[in-house]
Amino acid sequence: MNFIIDALSWACLMLGCFLGISGAIGIFRFDEFYSRAHAASVTDTLCVLFIISGLVLQSGFNLVTVKMIFIVVLLWLTSPVASHALIRSAYQTGLKPKLAITRKESSKRTQS
Amino acid sequence: MSAINLLIDIVLLTMLVFTTIAIVRSRSLFAIVMLSGIYSLLSANIFVVLDAVDVAFTEAAVGAGISTVLMLATIGITGYEQKKRRSISRITPLIVVFITGAVLVYGTLDMPAFTNPSNPVHEHVAPRFIEQSPTEVGIPNMVTSVLASYRGYDTMGEVIVVFAALIGVLSLLGIREKKTDPVYTEPPPRPILQVMAKFMIPFIILFALYVQFHGDFGPGGGFQAGVIFSVAIILYTLTFSQQDAMDLVPPWVLKRLAALGVLIYGGTGVVSLLKGGNFLDYNVLAHDPIHGQHYGILIIEFGVGLTVACVMILIFFAFISRGDKNP
Repeated sequence: MNFIIDALSWACLMLGCFLGISGAIGIFRFDEFYSRAHAASVTDTLCVLFIISGLVLQSGFNLVTVKMIFIVVLLWLTSPVASHALIRSAYQTGLKPKLAITRKESSKRTQS
Repeated sequence: MSAINLLIDIVLLTMLVFTTIAIVRSRSLFAIVMLSGIYSLLSANIFVVLDAVDVAFTEAAVGAGISTVLMLATIGITGYEQKKRRSISRITPLIVVFITGAVLVYGTLDMPAFTNPSNPVHEHVAPRFIEQSPTEVGIPNMVTSVLASYRGYDTMGEVIVVFAALIGVLSLLGIREKKTDPVYTEPPPRPILQVMAKFMIPFIILFALYVQFHGDFGPGGGFQAGVIFSVAIILYTLTFSQQDAMDLVPPWVLKRLAALGVLIYGGTGVVSLLKGGNFLDYNVLAHDPIHGQHYGILIIEFGVGLTVACVMILIFFAFISRGDKNP
């Protein structure tokens, strides 16, 4: 039983770390604001969920667990809204997303 | 345990240094404000590692929270980019910086070694506070007992400084109420943000009250609680509109409440004078000295919280009512 819980929590922690690192790489490597915001918001939500559920499994059921669950709930409520506010203000100040148009297509469109 | 602490220390301090370099090199004021918020958050983490939870709390609430918002409101008035400097020689500042740095390093040579338990700091007042505080003041959080009881006079000075800052801002800027402004337009509706803010504000206020009245037992107190309370109102202002917030908490009420907080603090001192003790000596407030200390600390913390909250909201109003270049 102990081994199963340990294995589960380590799996959760590893997955959370992977998502965090991939989010960080995404912030640096994506070429456009909206994709970057997308990568950052993955770190905010899913990565936090996995890391904290790994910690919850480690700590067993006590007051710390309840606090951590509260942290997850508050983060899931606030950080998507924060990303939304950021992206919304970027869009309203006139930053256009690239969407699915590649560079060739857009250059063709401007030529024609 | 100490190895992991060392690792965390090294990582946090490295990030602090990089943030500082980024602040110095950046030209965009917006980025600089955001980076200084990050700087405060990192310092708060360092304080947590050092077990100074009260200080970390204050740093996170004041440094990372409210001062970032106030700075953003300020650059909303001034503009986002740093102005080009006139070309001046680079040699003179370099020499000045080197001389100052050398003097500071020379000064640290005379200081006692860091973390040495026989330092003068740890020998005179601190042991007395640690030994006597449970019997003299009797509240579990020793930081609060030092701040509110032993050093009550200093804390009163701090509250008056905050109040004086408010007077300065109001006499320089003033608050423009926009009721008759023809340029005033209805801001665009922001449904998601508004629903979320409505959901969060009760929790923020509840947390502020908890920090306010739980300051005797855990980390927290009037300063932190006041800042957190004002953050709730500032969130309301940002997601709804300035007019809504000014209808909710009118500036003329806030001005009187801010003064009332200082009055409560000073009045507690005067009451203890009248009851035959020293100024701000809470022992005489009740029959039992320990109960008197409890009452005194609760009352003055309430005064501190009231003043800080009202001053923060008023300064924010004063800044944001100057110009709405950015929403």
